[in-house]
Amino acid sequence: MSYGIVSYGAYLPRHRLARAAIRETLGQGGGKGTRSVAGYDEDTTSMGVEAARKACWNGSFAPASLHFATTAPAYADKTNATAVHAALGLDRGVFATDHGASVRSAVGALRAAAADGGLAVLSDVRTGRPGSADEAGGGDGAAAFLFGTGQAVVAEVVGQASATAEFLDRWRAPGEDASSLWEERFGFGIYLPLIQDVAGRALAAAGVERPDHVVIASPHTRAARAAAKAFGDAAVDGVEPVAGNLGAAHAGVQLAEVLDRASAGETILVLSAADGADAILLRVTEAISGRPAGAAALPAFERAIDIDYATFLTWRGVLRREPPRRPDPARPEGPPAQRASDWKYGFVGSRCRTCARVHVPPQRVCAGCGAVDAMEPEPMAERRATVSTFTVDRLAYSLSPPVVTAAIDFDGGGRFSCELTDCSPEEIRVGTRVEMTFRRMYTAGGVHNYFWKARPAHGE
Amino acid sequence: MASNGIRDRVAIVGMGCTPFGEHWDRSIDDLLIDAVNECVASVPGLERDAVDAYWLGTMGSGTSGMTLSRPLKIDYKPVTRVENYCATGSESFRNACYAVASGAYDVVMAVGGEKLKDSGYSGLVVPPASNDGTASEPSAPAMFSLLAPAYCKKYGISEDELKEVITRIAWKNHRNGALNERAQFRSEVPMEKIACSPIVAGQLGIFDCSGVSDGAAAALIVRAEDAERYTDKPVYVKALSFVSGPAQGPVDPDYDYTTFDEVVRSAQDAYQQAGITNPREELSLAEVHDCFTPTELVLMEDLGFSERGHGWEDVKQGVFDLDGELPVNPDGGLKSFGHPIGASGLRMLFECWQQFRDEAGDRQLADPTLGLTHNLGGQPGACVSFVSVVGAGRDV
Repeated sequence: MSYGIVSYGAYLPRHRLARAAIRETLGQGGGKGTRSVAGYDEDTTSMGVEAARKACWNGSFAPASLHFATTAPAYADKTNATAVHAALGLDRGVFATDHGASVRSAVGALRAAAADGGLAVLSDVRTGRPGSADEAGGGDGAAAFLFGTGQAVVAEVVGQASATAEFLDRWRAPGEDASSLWEERFGFGIYLPLIQDVAGRALAAAGVERPDHVVIASPHTRAARAAAKAFGDAAVDGVEPVAGNLGAAHAGVQLAEVLDRASAGETILVLSAADGADAILLRVTEAISGRPAGAAALPAFERAIDIDYATFLTWRGVLRREPPRRPDPARPEGPPAQRASDWKYGFVGSRCRTCARVHVPPQRVCAGCGAVDAMEPEPMAERRATVSTFTVDRLAYSLSPPVVTAAIDFDGGGRFSCELTDCSPEEIRVGTRVEMTFRRMYTAGGVHNYFWKARPAHGE
Repeated sequence: MASNGIRDRVAIVGMGCTPFGEHWDRSIDDLLIDAVNECVASVPGLERDAVDAYWLGTMGSGTSGMTLSRPLKIDYKPVTRVENYCATGSESFRNACYAVASGAYDVVMAVGGEKLKDSGYSGLVVPPASNDGTASEPSAPAMFSLLAPAYCKKYGISEDELKEVITRIAWKNHRNGALNERAQFRSEVPMEKIACSPIVAGQLGIFDCSGVSDGAAAALIVRAEDAERYTDKPVYVKALSFVSGPAQGPVDPDYDYTTFDEVVRSAQDAYQQAGITNPREELSLAEVHDCFTPTELVLMEDLGFSERGHGWEDVKQGVFDLDGELPVNPDGGLKSFGHPIGASGLRMLFECWQQFRDEAGDRQLADPTLGLTHNLGGQPGACVSFVSVVGAGRDV
């Protein structure tokens, strides 16, 4: 059985940094254009969830497996894909694993998902030492691809090739926050022929002479650019100039962007050059017409909020600013989090079978009619809501003060009081429409506290 | 509401209250010793050993009855430690009263104390129970700031007008506190300074928030029929009401942030116990939980002092001033005292005690007969509320 992509989604955070801002502060580094910046409350796991939520549009969403790839895992010695699995509400029987922690792991996740109708989630937060090319040239984002068979397939896999090479181009010891790079020309000389080799083999296997679209992703930016030249206008990276090189997510976000504009019958050559080179050749099918309009990440990124360099450094933990005189947040405890997993990760409330009242969070005793244990699960994550009242809290602890807290009323019933994110206080009004987003609330005692916030909903 | 009450069955016959403030030089032990000793000394000839049982209210300054028995070296008496959020001090009093009314003890003491300043934090800190990390944790001023825009919207007044109203509440309470030697803040604050203070949350500036302080207070309680053996001016307990709400406001689309249902219920219960039908007319004074200025505004309506939607007008007209129709927080309130949780409820009763005994100095009201004290703990839509009515005379 051959699997193809049946749905996909890309996610870029709502914040960006002008590369010139780095030079203005440091007198070095920077460059032209902008890079995307994961919010203070985001990491590779939370962004992966957001991308996967956008890949649920083509029929039933029932991946056979979940493969999560990143160079920046939130946890070591603990699977990060399990949080994604929980947030998506996947069946317990669905295998979930991490691939990491190199850019090439993205190809590993795609190949594994393509083998059994799984979901590949590619997510990255790219960091570098202040003033470095990695810092300015990197970017944060995520993409997800669901594989399946039959009529639902929007892009079938028609060829693939790989080449593996051990050489020292970039590396990072676990725990360090920046990579080291060998001299650029060394890697260039090795990567370029590897890319040409796998591209040639993948195309030849499928009998395709010139692909209609080419996606090239590599942490070695210069090698990727040089390889792109051979394909002319077919290989235009629209992501890098505005969002940066997204590491393990770069091929995925680019591919989603190409699929957003590709037509049935066209071919897409995906090339990834990291510790070798990999090629995947796709052919777009008629089913592509079913992709949702207005879900594309790149056009939405035009609305991104510009942040200054000091904020960027603060969010990445490089600049440790004076905290308020309040206790540090407490580590969330394992057993209560596990008992409340559907709520905490899946944002599943409850609905009373007797009086239909919606409870967020879920309750055993109905607040409407008092019925006991007469509830059924009520998934709330995809419901939109309206701000009923809100306040701007200048005392509560946040890496991005002030905190905006709101009571929101969900379409279809239920109120919840929660933090808003991805907004400035000035843009919030009573009546503002919001959607839920999966976030890392804070990290305490080495434990990441994942839960949901609301953010302004655009495009209604 | 099904409560029988214990109207005029017990009385306060002695009280003590430390100054409230930043007591860098005093521990919780010191504060509790001072409050208890002052309370004992307020009854001529009383030995502390006459006290049969104690109730101690503290939210975070200690656990178990030993928080009191250890510093005071209480010899093998029952000491019950209670906690009920910001109503903790009132809860120690309420339960102590019931112990006397039941006949279990003849003489009991309700004590409350809190040492907030040692933590080094701004505002209150409630130690969290084990949790899954999903509870929203806005600051207290943020939660109570939601009252202001909701009130404006419901009654069609502008935010500027409301700011004037809540500013006047802070101004009034500071003005009263300036006359009280036990208050944390002892100076009047001009309205302009209050109105322009740095914003903490929503519309609330720093002067819309109560302070953070240390303090302790204590009350000696006996059966009403025994009261005059201890003092010629006992303060009789007319009503004690406490409710804990279902706490659904923050998740209930019908909750509009312009009322505390818990306060309405506990006030109705207390008035029924005390036989009060028109609180604004019948009460001589009210000590209410002015944790934030909009709270006091809403309380004027929830406690039945003002018609719904008209509390703001009454505030502006000075109805609740020291020389107004119904003085509210004549001692200066949480605004002037800060809010050492375990002590606050007893501090409110201490003002009634002083007023009824003609010991309130520059704040003295003319012939007060009935006083109300009120605490709430939690947030709008999810709180506990306590209301007591105490009086200078005994009707039953």
